[in-house]
Amino acid sequence: MTALGTPPRIAAKQRPGDRVFAGSAALAGSLILATLALVAAFLVIQSIPAVTVPADQLSILGGDTFLEYVAPLVFGTVWAALIALVLAVPIALGIALFISHYAPRRLAQGLGYIIDLLAAVPSVVFGLWGGNVLAPAIQPSYTWLWENLSFIPLFAGPPSGTGRTVLTAGIVLAVMILPIITALCREVFLQTPVLHEEAALALGATRWEMIRMTVLPFGRPGIISATMLGLGRALGETMAVAMVLSATGVITVNLISSINPSTIAANIALSFPEAYGDNVSVLIATGLVLFAITLVVNAIARVVVNRRKDFSGAN
Amino acid sequence: MTATSAIHTGESNSFASGRLPKATPWWVLAACLAASTAVFALLGAGAPLDEFNIVGAVFFGVLAYAVVIVAVARLVEGQRKATDRFVTTLVSLAFVIALLPLISLVYTVITNGLPRFDLEFFTYSMRSIVGEGGGAIHAIVGTLLMTGTAALISIPIGLMASIYLVEYGRGRLARAITFFVDVMTGIPSIVAGLFAYAVFSALLGPGERLGLAGAMALAVLMIPVVVRSSEEMLRLVPNELREAAFALGVPKWLMIVKVVLPTSIAGITTGIMLSIARVIGETAPLLIAAGFTNNLNYDLTDGRMQSLPVFVYTSYVAQGTDAQAYLDRAWAGALTLILIVMLLNLVARLVARQFAPKLGR
Repeated sequence: MTALGTPPRIAAKQRPGDRVFAGSAALAGSLILATLALVAAFLVIQSIPAVTVPADQLSILGGDTFLEYVAPLVFGTVWAALIALVLAVPIALGIALFISHYAPRRLAQGLGYIIDLLAAVPSVVFGLWGGNVLAPAIQPSYTWLWENLSFIPLFAGPPSGTGRTVLTAGIVLAVMILPIITALCREVFLQTPVLHEEAALALGATRWEMIRMTVLPFGRPGIISATMLGLGRALGETMAVAMVLSATGVITVNLISSINPSTIAANIALSFPEAYGDNVSVLIATGLVLFAITLVVNAIARVVVNRRKDFSGAN
Repeated sequence: MTATSAIHTGESNSFASGRLPKATPWWVLAACLAASTAVFALLGAGAPLDEFNIVGAVFFGVLAYAVVIVAVARLVEGQRKATDRFVTTLVSLAFVIALLPLISLVYTVITNGLPRFDLEFFTYSMRSIVGEGGGAIHAIVGTLLMTGTAALISIPIGLMASIYLVEYGRGRLARAITFFVDVMTGIPSIVAGLFAYAVFSALLGPGERLGLAGAMALAVLMIPVVVRSSEEMLRLVPNELREAAFALGVPKWLMIVKVVLPTSIAGITTGIMLSIARVIGETAPLLIAAGFTNNLNYDLTDGRMQSLPVFVYTSYVAQGTDAQAYLDRAWAGALTLILIVMLLNLVARLVARQFAPKLGR
């Protein structure tokens, strides 16, 4: 009986070519891990002087401590990204639904390509467009908002004369993250089990009722993770904000005035060329903070995506 | 007889009753737009408006359409259908809204970029130029050198890593690589620039900016994209092909080189071109790591190096005495950049379509 037990595992013959190839593949994989470890290590080492050197020797801080310096930047980063999300997510959902369930089948793929074109535009071009075209074009509506809705703190004004406000930056960011959210939502919506949709339609549901009952519940985790990935992109975006926003580094929820919070990434881009000595460490330390924030956001998104994978196996 | 005559006279077709004809929404839309245009034309003729406000006309026309179609549907078809029509309007509107910035952006880049999109722009650098004239040859050379070097670094690493993940990777290392590639995808581009700057200032002394650092920053951003796309393509290769090769006694590495890679080479090429298109437009990391300069520099290992995105940025931010000349150059640079990226995207899609493997499905 024992002789008939588990047969001995047959090992493939190891040729030198196999060893070299497998070794270099594993090496390349490990190199990625090493790179990421190096990124973290270098950022941490270089940013140590930001907290150890006395604040009065760091001219960039302007007399504040590091925390006082970074707090408005963190606020501005999150605030601009949230504005972008609020604007982009409903529109992205609409586009994704339009492409997956409303547009004629023949057109759908072409329409998807058009939206993907937005993703191909470099961020510096978005910045140029936002600062030169969008900001002057949208400025009159800020004046209107201030005149009619200034009792809301968001529109407390007085309106910026140039239109370079955090709301304009948020709009540019929204345009930039639109394609990534749309692409992910579209994929998820297209994966809705067709039987569910047909069952809803067979019961007499209208198209919207069918979408509400089958597509949206099925796609909810996907929508959440797409939103989080869009948030991660918006948090780290530099040029669009640096070129559009005229920032003063305060904490305010006022959307339309000329006094705006800056974002971490834009602040680094604007201050770095002139920074010297230990001031560079301060900027690298703010970069580390940004890295940590995006890491958390992306990790949450990935966890949601992966949990969804387990679910979809049942379908 | 009575039934057929009823159909012919069209009095009571139970399948069509209580529903709007298919063409109704289009007629309503046309009528609303026409009415709104007429109102705005009258306003423009009466009040001293500068010009005919086409944006306002379309906006209020679409608004009127939403109200009218929902009201009509509510009267004829009932509440549920009215909601359905309302949502249809919203969803279509979302798509149109998304097209607006794209159209505006392409239009402004082309109209503003064409005046300086000339021979001088592609043959001159900015060395000792203050006002008009000058070009971006130094930026184009820098972009090509740095992006090329980044591609040389990241394509072998990314491709081998994806081969490891698909063909060899089992267990903890593969899981860790998958997870950290995801993490790496989310690195903000400016953080990659800070990393490259930190590495080279640790090696060569503080404040050092050079082309190689820029290439390194781009490589950090490019590797995860290459890994992701190549991995996806390698997974598409049918297992039957691998097993057939094994059955013929082919060693594993030869199987990968001769069977798996040729089958998926079209998809891999597409992914690599798209990843190049993604990093070629990166501004922030190059601004940090490679700096900016007005001079032509062919040497990656010595001195600052200009790149096309950074050229656009610096022309826009630091406008000299003749501001319009700087802006014109910025727009021309933006046009060049968009053309390069679009070309890469187009070629990538063509490659994918032309050389796609016939999977026999």
